[in-house]
Amino acid sequence: MSRFSKKLALLCAVGTLSLSLTGCHGSKGLPEFTVPEEFDTSRNYEITFWAKNDTNKTQTEIYKKAIADFEALYPNITVNLNLYTDYGKIYNDVITNISTNTTPNVCITYPDHIATYLTGQNTVVPLDDLFADEKYGLGGTDLAYDGPAREEVIPQFLNECSIDGHYYAVPYMRSTEACYVNKTYVENLGYTLPDVLTWDFIWEVSEAATAQNADGTYVVNGQNVLIPFIYKSTDNMMIQMLKQKNAGYSTADGSIELFNDTTTDLLYGIAGHVKSGAFSTFKISGYPANFLNAGQCIFAIDSTAGATWMGTDAPLSDISEDSLVQFETAVRMIPQFDPEHPEMISQGPSVCVFNKSDSQEVLASWLFAQYLLTNDVQIAYSETEGYVPVTSKAQNSAEYQDYLSECGADNSTHYAVKIEASKLLLDNVDNTFVTPVFNGSASLRDASGQLIENVVKSTRRKETVDDTYIQKLYSDVESLYRLGQGSDASFGKKELGAMPRASVILLSTLAVTWVLILLYVGREYLKNRKK
Amino acid sequence: MKKKTLALTMAMALVLSLAACGNSNADVAAESTAAATTEAATTEAATTEAAATEASTEAAEAVADEKSEGVMTYEEYMAADLDSEVVIEAYVQAKQSWWEDKATLYTQDQDGAYFIYNSVCSEEDYAKLVPGTKIKVTGYKTEWSGEVEIAEGATFEIEEGSYIAPVTDVTDLLGTDDLINYQNQFVAFKGMTVEASQDATGNDVAFLYNYDGSGEDGNDLYFNVSLNGQTYTFTVESYLCDNTTDVYNAVKNLKIGDTIDMEGFLYWYEGVNPHITSVTVK
Repeated sequence: MSRFSKKLALLCAVGTLSLSLTGCHGSKGLPEFTVPEEFDTSRNYEITFWAKNDTNKTQTEIYKKAIADFEALYPNITVNLNLYTDYGKIYNDVITNISTNTTPNVCITYPDHIATYLTGQNTVVPLDDLFADEKYGLGGTDLAYDGPAREEVIPQFLNECSIDGHYYAVPYMRSTEACYVNKTYVENLGYTLPDVLTWDFIWEVSEAATAQNADGTYVVNGQNVLIPFIYKSTDNMMIQMLKQKNAGYSTADGSIELFNDTTTDLLYGIAGHVKSGAFSTFKISGYPANFLNAGQCIFAIDSTAGATWMGTDAPLSDISEDSLVQFETAVRMIPQFDPEHPEMISQGPSVCVFNKSDSQEVLASWLFAQYLLTNDVQIAYSETEGYVPVTSKAQNSAEYQDYLSECGADNSTHYAVKIEASKLLLDNVDNTFVTPVFNGSASLRDASGQLIENVVKSTRRKETVDDTYIQKLYSDVESLYRLGQGSDASFGKKELGAMPRASVILLSTLAVTWVLILLYVGREYLKNRKK
Repeated sequence: MKKKTLALTMAMALVLSLAACGNSNADVAAESTAAATTEAATTEAATTEAAATEASTEAAEAVADEKSEGVMTYEEYMAADLDSEVVIEAYVQAKQSWWEDKATLYTQDQDGAYFIYNSVCSEEDYAKLVPGTKIKVTGYKTEWSGEVEIAEGATFEIEEGSYIAPVTDVTDLLGTDDLINYQNQFVAFKGMTVEASQDATGNDVAFLYNYDGSGEDGNDLYFNVSLNGQTYTFTVESYLCDNTTDVYNAVKNLKIGDTIDMEGFLYWYEGVNPHITSVTVK
């Protein structure tokens, strides 16, 4: 895995927020899309599909097969695949292309990102009418494939694609986060791993694991390196902790509530565990999977979509064979403050359709987007990682049920950790949540993670984390991410400052030219009148 | 005559309009991380190769490398604790990327190398960082997956002085514990054999886009090379050398069984992971 693209992606998403879509020169709104009565099969269409894979060649092959199968069904539609390895880059490129009306036709995305795309006029196609269309809608009569009916799309997942009362995407895959545990070390430390982890348990075991021998090695692993608890996505960490505490994050309309007393308490707690060496993050130390598999981490929290990297027998690994340590890997939901009422985030890619001036082209795009919900694509892709299909049609199919039932049959397709991660989400769909989506919500998400990253970094550098530090941190992060200035502070309402010199020259020249033209026309008119 | 003047004026207006559009695009690019990323990723190969070329001709020149007051020697830097503040002076050997006022740099002095990750850097200053440029860097030492570096957020100032580090042949150190002592340095590997990698469909190929073949042209290139029965994976990091560079295209033309010499920077990711900047097929 390349560190640079991944780290870059995280920050690209932040940087892009400085773009002002409404300020884009030449950005001309498209007409509102209306569903054509008939799909014109006498014409040929070429559509582009921007997709994301998890640096996983099987996923790439599934996309290619899906396209080939779809093109066989619709020979007049050609789908060009453009692959990305992170969402942030897709987000950036879409924004860049909105201004020139060169967006892709179909795009893997997150609802947070769509909220930003929607600041362009009729940029993203609302799918409500397409869903309901008798011929080409979900489960429509004129589809060339067996797609899911609307009621077969898992309602919670579909609702995540609704913004301001309209659907702007269909879910493609869903995942959540899981805690991948070195159960062997937990038990060696004298603890019994509970079915539902609590934050207290994780912190207690992690602290216990920091005990060292006289030679500096850690008692539990005999190595020089141990970070008992590593969290991959610190924005998720903060968001889920706040949700479990029923504390503020944001309101549905985009008011920022992140900077509150509960957040402060959580940060103090985290700082304490960093100071003792019990906790670190991906950004600070590296991929949790690498530490876990080397016996240098006990609790690794990452997406269920990263399950194939977790554990001694993981099919994917970035560390050398001789660094692998044998241990029993357990999969648990993320730690909870109230284990009786668990809460975990729902995440994963969705698919949106971009508007074009040709409604037939948009319909062709929709036909492809909808094809991604068919069982063939859903089941094949979900099996590549700890994803779950987004339709009950796929989830309940004999093929998928067989797949689940063969958990642990091998260390590739049926790798136990991966299927257990999928089951974790399947069993907890009702315990999932998503954060409100609004223009700027992607920025707030980044800010929530930045709070933890800064506290971890400062603590490791032996800076004092006290009230003064926290207040400055809030102020800095609020400013960096342009929070607290209204939900769309970053998008079109910011002060643009003085007009650039080139623009002044251009406008002046155009004005002079028009004056000269008018003078000339007037003079010719007067000359003609005299004649 | 006056019609001509009017036509000329209008033509000029059109030209100015286009020029203004160009400028506005540039403004957008400067604001847009996407554009900045793309541009940054395309810039560095030339400087890297220049560094390599100059290194072969000028490396022998002795350069007085006295440290300023308060600046660590390489030995002191290596002895410093992780997460402690460090101040070093070094010379830029290659620029990997710039975006959002952050620059990632390979730097070196006469005693060793320093990888500077996402240091604070304006685009204007980044342009000044030609190979050999001396900089004084203040930041925190850290380690990420085995790579010892100066962490994100370091600041630097440009100083008088220039030095291009000679290339060090570390071929014989492959597979030994000593290799890490050359971490981040500009190094050479000679007489290595290209081994097969398996692409997404299981075919034997000489290189892969991304580590597992899941990528496409423009992504990092991964290829296997062997020496004395041991196989190692080397990388063309696409931000350092993009798909317009000689090295990128040279690797794309490799054949299994080729014997090659390579130069590059001794990056570390869960073990040695050289970022190759030149390849010569023998």
